Amino acid sequence: MWNDLFVSILALIILILVPLVGVGLLGLDYLFGIVIPYLAFTIFIGGLIYRMIYWAKSPQPFKITTTCGQQKSLPWIKHSRLEAPASTWEVGLRMFFEVFLFRSLFRNLRADLVGKRLVYGSAKWLWLGAILFHLGFFIIIIRHLRFFVHPVPDFITLLDEIDGFFQLTVPTLYVSDILILLGLVFLLLRRLVDAKVNYISYASDYFPLLLIIAIVVSGILMRIFTKVDLYAVKELAYGLVTFKPVLPKAEIGVIFYVHLFLVSSLAVYFPFSKLVHMIGIFFSPTRNLPNDNRMVRHVNPWDYPVKYRTYCEWQEEFRDVLEEAGIPIDDDWCKETQKKA
Amino acid sequence: MYNADKVIVGILVLIIFFTTPFWLNYKRVEALPKPERAEKGEKCIEDTAYMRAYHMKLLDEWRNEKVRESKIYYQSSDGRIYLKSLQRTCMECHRSMANFCGRCHAMFAVKPDCWKCHIAPEEVKKWR
Repeated sequence: MWNDLFVSILALIILILVPLVGVGLLGLDYLFGIVIPYLAFTIFIGGLIYRMIYWAKSPQPFKITTTCGQQKSLPWIKHSRLEAPASTWEVGLRMFFEVFLFRSLFRNLRADLVGKRLVYGSAKWLWLGAILFHLGFFIIIIRHLRFFVHPVPDFITLLDEIDGFFQLTVPTLYVSDILILLGLVFLLLRRLVDAKVNYISYASDYFPLLLIIAIVVSGILMRIFTKVDLYAVKELAYGLVTFKPVLPKAEIGVIFYVHLFLVSSLAVYFPFSKLVHMIGIFFSPTRNLPNDNRMVRHVNPWDYPVKYRTYCEWQEEFRDVLEEAGIPIDDDWCKETQKKA
Repeated sequence: MYNADKVIVGILVLIIFFTTPFWLNYKRVEALPKPERAEKGEKCIEDTAYMRAYHMKLLDEWRNEKVRESKIYYQSSDGRIYLKSLQRTCMECHRSMANFCGRCHAMFAVKPDCWKCHIAPEEVKKWR
């Protein structure tokens, strides 16, 4: 859907122009440096909590675990612990592999017509692109702590050294920057080139990809090409997280404000878009429920109390007829169940 | 709300994760250290804003031009001529590696390898 792509590009251009005009021409440093980041962070956290509570309020009528293997059964039948988890611990294990290693994407298949036959084959590219992008993003977020924390903790220094291992440019090019770009470009090309994926791609798919690409590119530009005054950047960032926001006296380049505004936009967009799968994965009933339907009765929370007749009541009503026909009467059993109730 | 206990734990984890910088700074907030001012000299070779952002690029260029092309003099944008030398030009005015270079670099987890070959002014003093 090419219209969706153009709309996304247009939205991105507007998002880049806003800080260019706001800071570059109008000098609204305070707005773009302090007010908008605080606002964006509040909406980000508030929005995510809102989504969590909203999801947690919806009832779970059925147990709809996705199962891809033998469920726990008789002891001599081999149970597939990850594919049909039966306990909370096994569910946790499956979630771990899903969240950290994208196990379900690893099973991604491609479908092609060979002559008139539909043939399925392995396709690991989506998994690779996704893991490069997500892992890269995670490392980059952790690495950014050096702007927010003083003194810089040792683990960040170590991460920085590993990430900049190749020392290719001055300042050092980060490996994670290259990997995340490769991942993102692949994920975007996949939507553009593969007709089947292209057909189901909308603005809500293109826009986040383009936005994150723009954030990464502006970050790399700022690090390696059009440098900014890092001391001023840290003054601002440190002021924000210690709740003593100050605008640095020295001027930070406009590109920094573009980067910051795009990140703020991402933060605001996050809870209300597909990106919220970061939280949603934990709320997926197909993933977070154990496959123990035959061991534990799942009660539908919206079941209302149904008026029903027990066997004992039925037996009482037709006692004469039953006795006449010689059918045994279960008085002892009825007394016992009444006691229990 | 269903599974309230688990959801509340989830919300707490979310908040704690995204406020990491706040916790890492907790109870030790202090003013950021400022790099020491130059001991002598009125003006750096280029203006301060440029030097703050681009000093590493400039030094990298100097290294390449001086070592590989034997171009040993640098003309600044206002026309003055300098010897391209970290030890004999930069450190002539900024006389402390630890207090000038080091303070900022420590703030950003930056570990430039200049001093693996060059000798910091502090080291020079020890040997005199």
